[in-house]
Amino acid sequence: MTGSSMAVEPPLLSVKNLSVAFPTEDGLVRAVDGVSFSVEKGKTLAIVGESGSGKSVTAQAIMGIIDRKAAKMTGEIWLDGQELVGLPAGELQSLRGSQVAMIFQDPMSSLHPFYRVGDQITEAISAHRSIGAKAARAEAMEMLRRVGIPAVERRIDDYPHQLSGGMRQRVMIAMALINKPALLIADEPTTALDVTVQAQILDLIASLQGEFQITVIMITHDLGIVADVADDVAVMYGGRIVEVAPTGTLYHEPEMPYTLGLLSSVPRMDRDVSTRLEPIPGNPPSPIRLPPGCVFAPRCKYADRVPDGACMTTRPELLQAAPDHLVRCHIPSEERREIAQGVLRVLTGGAA
Amino acid sequence: MVAYTVRRLILMVALLFALTAAVFFLFTLLPGDPARLTCAKACSPAIIEANRHRLGYDQPVLVQYGQFLGGIFFGRTFSSDSPQPIVCNAPCLGYSYTRHQQVLTLILNAAPVTFWLAVGAFLVWISISIVLGIFAALNHGHWPDRLVMGISLVGYSMPSFFIGLILIFFVVLRWNWLPFPSYVSPFDNPLRFLQTMILPWIVLAFLNTAFYMRLTRNQVLETFHEDYVRTARAKGLPERTVVVKHALRAGLTPLVTAAGMDLAALLGGAVITESIFSLPGIGSLAVNSVLQSDLPLITGITLFSSTLIIFANLVVDLLYAFLDPRVTIA
Amino acid sequence: MTAERGDILKVTDLRTYFPVRSGGFIPRVIGQVKAVDGVSLNIGPGETLGLVGESGSGKTTVARSILLLAHPTSGKIEIDGQDITHLSSAALLPVRRKAQMIFQDPYNALNPRHTVGTIISAPFRIQGVVPPGGVKAAVAEMMERVGLNPEHYNRYPNEFSGGQRQRIGIARAIALRPKLIVCDEPVSALDVSIQAQIVNLLRDLQQEFGISYLFVAHDLAVVRQISHRVAVMYLGKLMEQAPRKTIYTAPLHPYTHSLLSAVPIPDPSLQKRRSRIMLEGDLPSPINPPSGCVFRTRCFQAQERCASEVPPLTEVEPGHLVACHFPVAEPPAAAASTVAAQAD
Repeated sequence: MTGSSMAVEPPLLSVKNLSVAFPTEDGLVRAVDGVSFSVEKGKTLAIVGESGSGKSVTAQAIMGIIDRKAAKMTGEIWLDGQELVGLPAGELQSLRGSQVAMIFQDPMSSLHPFYRVGDQITEAISAHRSIGAKAARAEAMEMLRRVGIPAVERRIDDYPHQLSGGMRQRVMIAMALINKPALLIADEPTTALDVTVQAQILDLIASLQGEFQITVIMITHDLGIVADVADDVAVMYGGRIVEVAPTGTLYHEPEMPYTLGLLSSVPRMDRDVSTRLEPIPGNPPSPIRLPPGCVFAPRCKYADRVPDGACMTTRPELLQAAPDHLVRCHIPSEERREIAQGVLRVLTGGAA
Repeated sequence: MVAYTVRRLILMVALLFALTAAVFFLFTLLPGDPARLTCAKACSPAIIEANRHRLGYDQPVLVQYGQFLGGIFFGRTFSSDSPQPIVCNAPCLGYSYTRHQQVLTLILNAAPVTFWLAVGAFLVWISISIVLGIFAALNHGHWPDRLVMGISLVGYSMPSFFIGLILIFFVVLRWNWLPFPSYVSPFDNPLRFLQTMILPWIVLAFLNTAFYMRLTRNQVLETFHEDYVRTARAKGLPERTVVVKHALRAGLTPLVTAAGMDLAALLGGAVITESIFSLPGIGSLAVNSVLQSDLPLITGITLFSSTLIIFANLVVDLLYAFLDPRVTIA
Repeated sequence: MTAERGDILKVTDLRTYFPVRSGGFIPRVIGQVKAVDGVSLNIGPGETLGLVGESGSGKTTVARSILLLAHPTSGKIEIDGQDITHLSSAALLPVRRKAQMIFQDPYNALNPRHTVGTIISAPFRIQGVVPPGGVKAAVAEMMERVGLNPEHYNRYPNEFSGGQRQRIGIARAIALRPKLIVCDEPVSALDVSIQAQIVNLLRDLQQEFGISYLFVAHDLAVVRQISHRVAVMYLGKLMEQAPRKTIYTAPLHPYTHSLLSAVPIPDPSLQKRRSRIMLEGDLPSPINPPSGCVFRTRCFQAQERCASEVPPLTEVEPGHLVACHFPVAEPPAAAASTVAAQAD
């Protein structure tokens, strides 16, 4: 991440001060508000957040599939030395599916119901390479085999509705990786799937990532999945990144009260069930009327620890707490760490 | 697929039986004596009674209905005990005594008029509304969209007889741009045919265009938000392919059902438009038959129109299954 | 926590089949989706039974069948000692005072044209009950109890967030102080931070009013948080049923083992140490379930006997039932379960 970017190779993806806003009748919806992060080649960055946190819009902005007529987009997105926000639509289009690919939450609705899965994959090939129909089909078949579709010769001519949920997501993965992209964005790829199938799909993504040297951005709300797959984590809330850290650090030394809140509200399998879950009180902010200070302040237990009510009035910056660790919070770092260790001790019943 | 079609065809026949029976019995229950209508001013009770017997109105309703059904399959003879029996070959839909013609002949004479009217109007409204509907959807929220939606609203709120009369008044009477409509076959006089039909086409297409424009726009807009359209874009397909192959293909398919049914309904007669422009089609025929209580003709037209609609229903279902692989018919 | 006093809910050998019709000349029933195929359950007063399974397991159909929202093909459903299996909808009305339901989707389960007050007071109107102090006061109290502002009495559901709507659904369900609430995936549509609020609320209401829950969910971690006992379903049948601690620390069925190992734990160091049992393939068709044990096609323990003989659900120790020829007696693969064992 940012700290280790001292390495010689520049990060594959680097997002700087990205904002996406949608004008609506009720006012300006600030879906993404000044987001910056970077991902090194071959790594997995997880973006965690709840609905409305801006994580999916961030993904769509990188993917270049935000309707530019409907949205105001500012900032920079650098992918492999190329800036995407200012890129003409045609050039952006040729990067989509070849340099950066995406898989989505619901594989049923993400595949076109009227076309055979094989044809949908070969369409992705011929969009970027001039290749004969036969060769494209052979390539599609090979990729379907690689993602674990059984009886490919038969399945390649199936329509999406003839496949199970897990198989459909495998098809989506095959389609995303068919042009060997450098970056794969997975937007809640297992949320619609059963837990045993989820394990299969996460495993598949990890093994393909190694095989094809892909960099992955995993968008999810599930802290369990993050712990499973991510090298680094960015936590989003109210359109902003509130904490970024290597995965181990985020779980064992979190500092932002929202991250703490998330960790304590998850009913994890290793927690003491005799105690109550510690939910975050209240509801997420409306993206039209974001609080003036810290976006999390209205739900934050510790906001009154900062003098002069600064949390409610002044927007905190995303600042370095440790070389790899960025936190957006007014509470002094020492105090944050103390709070966090107290919370974590309760969480794991002192066992961890 | 074949089994499905056969099953549907059998159901269709059963439905038609039920429909004709309903019409048949409904009209016999109505006040008014059909025999009384067979002679104009020269009626005397004796003539009425004679005609009643001659036409079979003295038989029980069930027997009359049986004879009607028999006529469809085997043909029948009217006034068989009179010196000039009227032979009506199968399929015999009955004999109109007010017009002294076979019902089938009357319908077959009127059908081409309605056919040209309906098909012409259909082409007008489908092409205009699909083009404008897509145009509006592509410019969602901007002025082309608002304009199209505005036109659609006006179209909705204007009754077709009003538009028809306005058009006749200005285009034909005031400005003399077109001759007064009087139907000729397109094979006899193509120019005159077009001159006659252009206004009826516009009037008939008007309301449907308003409806279909809105439908197309909404359908297409809806599919623009579908996940698979987003996938198509994420694959890096050209915007044209995204719109045409992915969004429109899925968005316009449901129109097939609506359009097929509406066309069939028009082929069964466009009452108001035909009346305004004095076109001798099925619609005019139906109005007159009702005004004259011409029971055989009413029954015949009902049978004809409902056959069209039920048949269109089947065609549309088969077509839909062909277009959308998720729909399986077996 | 097995119920010895009268069970609030007793389900005996429930089967709910849905017919599959053929095409062809005359459509006829050619098969049956055995959504629920011989399930027996019981829930004691103030107890929560968690019913877990993946999609297609039949858990939701069990929930719907219990309140006769799906028509049971055979079997017996008793609520508070009364056999309701064959009751008409009129005769069912008094039963609904005792048993209510909470649904998964708080967006679709509330009539958008009714105010919150109307929605929550509906049970009083339908049952013709006038609480002391009047309906309005009772509704206000109920709203307060589930964490809604009683001043929002006249607002419509669309003015509330997902979590608040689920609170409305809960207020409606507890209005008549039922003895049983069937919860069908009540938190799976909600965000994590809101999920925890609702789970806590349900636990508090249980303690306060002694309600029994049938808690249907796919999320094993949520079920663990709220259930006293847990039943695991697969393809219409019960695989295993045991007290919570046993299910999570000493399960016997291979399916339970693989489910537990598939749940990710939000702790990267634990997660990396875990070994995982990866199930092959997908759920078989419930129209044509595998012979013998329905799980055998994906089971790592399967042997020939599993294809020929249906394993009966047998009680291996008091309160612990398992349907397997070759149960796995080792502790679950999840390393974290050792922690769970301590924490439980």
